[in-house]
Formats: sequence, structure tokens, C-alpha cells
Amino acid sequence: MKNSQPESKPVLRSLAMSLAIIGLTACAGPGGHPKDPLEPLNRATFRFNEEADRYVTRPLAQVYDLAPLPVKTGVGNFFGNLADIWIGVNNLLQGKFGEGLSDGGRVLVNSTVGIFGIFDIATELGLEKHDEDLGQTLGRWGVGDGPYLVLPLLGSSNLRDTAGLIVDLSVDPVMGISDPGPRNRTTALRFVQKRSQLLGADTTAEQAALDKYDYLRSFYIQYRRSQIYDGRPPREEDPDEGNGADDASPATKENPK
Amino acid sequence: MRKIASLLAALTLGLGLQLSAFAQSIAPDALVKNVTDDVIAIVRQDKAIQSGDTRKAVELVETKVLPYFDFAHMTRLAVGKDWRQANAEQKSALTHEFKTLLVRTYSNALTQYRNQQIDFKPLRAKPEDTDVLVRTEVRQPGAKPVQIDYNLDKQGDSWKVYDVLVAGVSLVTNYRDSFGQEVRAGGIDGLIKSLKDKNQQLDTTVSAKK
Repeated sequence: MKNSQPESKPVLRSLAMSLAIIGLTACAGPGGHPKDPLEPLNRATFRFNEEADRYVTRPLAQVYDLAPLPVKTGVGNFFGNLADIWIGVNNLLQGKFGEGLSDGGRVLVNSTVGIFGIFDIATELGLEKHDEDLGQTLGRWGVGDGPYLVLPLLGSSNLRDTAGLIVDLSVDPVMGISDPGPRNRTTALRFVQKRSQLLGADTTAEQAALDKYDYLRSFYIQYRRSQIYDGRPPREEDPDEGNGADDASPATKENPK
Repeated sequence: MRKIASLLAALTLGLGLQLSAFAQSIAPDALVKNVTDDVIAIVRQDKAIQSGDTRKAVELVETKVLPYFDFAHMTRLAVGKDWRQANAEQKSALTHEFKTLLVRTYSNALTQYRNQQIDFKPLRAKPEDTDVLVRTEVRQPGAKPVQIDYNLDKQGDSWKVYDVLVAGVSLVTNYRDSFGQEVRAGGIDGLIKSLKDKNQQLDTTVSAKK
């Protein structure tokens, strides 16, 4: 595990490089999904990620999942507390001052009374945990999402969110640890901890999907849209609903038998 | 008054009650809560479901949950604009296969239930509304709560679920891209066949597990 994580700087550099390549090639690819002009490349990355997950990440997550619940909760809370600082900044950037202040309060309470963030006292005090990142902030500001991207190991993203992620990582406290040993181990632990929370959901997605790649792409597009609107996205126009007449009068709904 | 009366009756009768008898007049948020509480209570006690007995979970979903879902509506939403080009027979085949797929998948998800707590948010709707969103939140220690929301519409006197959203993602419209892909490749019949194959494949994995 020690050597499996690349160092932070090369990660940033290669992400930036991929962005440049994508910028050059994004206009290619007729016929497919309108949001996914790079589908062949994305599918190749997706296959690689699936293999890496199957043989490395998922087994590690399953081992991690055997830990007692209080340990897992503590680890989750600890990383959650580190993330709350940047979440608060993003809330402020989006003009949500109440939320931003509440995030600041969370960090203060959890870092002290919650002993370095291991206990999430703030939630119990009624300071709700939020979920923000720069990609969402950019979306809130009206920046379009750009082409869908599958990032190596990290999975679903898009051009806007990848740009956001580069900044997110550059201010990330874990990535900021100067000693590469502890930095890589902490990064690996956080990655495995995040993955372990998806155990179960991954099986469901596997079973639900006709094509897992399509399914996860749809999911990511809808999920980010929902996140940008803080879980309350306006209902999308339905291509079929317009002439369906069923919304106006449910009693006359067609009912194929 | 009728609403309150039936709610009280539902509460006092508790477990094992036949919800369908009350479905006529029950409010949508009360309906979702009753069905959820009912199902969770059963899963909590059923060791077989907890240890991954999909068949038992499917049985539970079929008797307790299905009566409140409108699968024709769900399938129409999932297929999107291609729905119009399907004939009556194809529509009913699509509905049948999609229903089977959803029931299999989410019955299986039920076997993963481990004491998460479910909070019900207050309903924001006017009494005359015929299309509402019932919001719930699943909480577990050390993880961000997950939103699970239900879209219901009123049909005559009773409410039916026509969409489920997990973390803001519609589990129904999430299929639209791949369904569109299948229809472009093999027409409506191609989509029906893919769904059939998928269901068969799930069937064999289930029986292989036994």
C-alpha cells in the first residue's frame, strides 16, 4: 500500500495535462452521447478502473470494513472534519453565508471538543454537515460542465469538476503533508475509507445496470446537478410528458395491460 | 377527519396490517412512512433476508411494496420519447421486464439493510396537489445521510409512487440513456430482449448463490 499512491505533484501535473489534451480533442466523436465526446477513451479508463477496483481497491475496502464501527466512524469523522474547512470556503464563495459560518463552527467544535475531529459533536449540536467542492461552486456560478470524463482511479468527472478537483487537491490538508510517506499512507486510507462506504451500493449498481458505464455516467450527471442545487434540482423537462396529458389529468392515464 | 381516523387505525393496528384497505384515503407521506416502517420492521426480524436471501426479499417487496408503485408510469419515464413508437403489446412487455429488474435489484439492496435510521421530512404540498415529493433521509454513523425521495401522483383516491430518487438521482430516468441506446441498436424489441436477458442473468446468479 505504501508505494501504490503517486505523489501529489505528479497527480496534479498529469491531471492538468489530461485537461489540455481533452481541450484539443473534445470536438471529436459524432453519434454518441452529447455529453460524452471522448467515450472511447473514457471507456478504456473505465475498464482499467474496474480492474483496479476488483483486484485492489474493493478487497482493501472489504478488509477496512471489518474494523469495529466506532473506529470506522472515527476515521470517517476525522477526514470529514478536514474537508469541512474547504466546504465552508465553497459555501462562502457561493454566497451561502449561513452555511459557511456553520461549517466554520463545525471545524471549531469538532477539532476541539471532538478531539481532532474524531467525534462529530457538531452534528449532534445541530450543525448539519454539508457537501461542497469547487466544481459545485463553479456550477453555481454558471460554468457549464463540459465533456464527461472518467479519471484514472477516481472515476466519473467532467471538465469543470476536474478543473475544480485540481484546486481542491492543491489546498487539501492531506495533500499538503510535506513528508511523502505519511502523506501517501493517509491518502490511501482516505481513499479506502471512501470506497468502503460504497460497498453494497456497488453491487446494486452492478445488478441494476444494462450497461454499467452508461448507468454510472447518467448517475454522475444527475448527481452533480442535484448537488449543485443542494439536493433540490428543478425537475427536468420531460420529452414525453409534454403531450402525455397525464400530468394534467391522472384519471385518464393510459394503462397498458 | 377520515385521514386522521385511518392514520390512527394504521398506527394502532401496527405490524401485519393490510395497508391496501387504507390506501384509499391515506396521505402520501403517511403512505410512504407506513410502508417503510412496515418493511423495515420485517427485515429487522428476518435473519434470512439479512443474510442475503434474495427470494424472501423479493416476496416481501412484492406483497408489501408493489401495490403502491405504478410501473407503467415508471417504464414510460425510463423509456422516454421512444415510448410513443411502442405498441400496446410491447409496452406491456417492457413494463413487465422493467418491473422485474427493479424488484430484483432493490430487493437485493434490502438484504444490505443494517439498522440505518430513516427520517421522514415534513411534506410540502397543498391539499389540492395531485403530484408530490415525499422526502426521507437515511442516516448511519460516520457517513453523510443519503436522501431518498419518492414522487407520487394521485390516481382517483389513492397515491402511487412513480419515481424514486437516491441522492437526487432518479433511479428511473437513470435508465434513459442505455434504453435509448438499445432502441437505436435493435428497436423496441431489442430493448425488451436486453431486459429479458438481464433478468435471466440475475435469476441464474440468484439460484447459483443458493
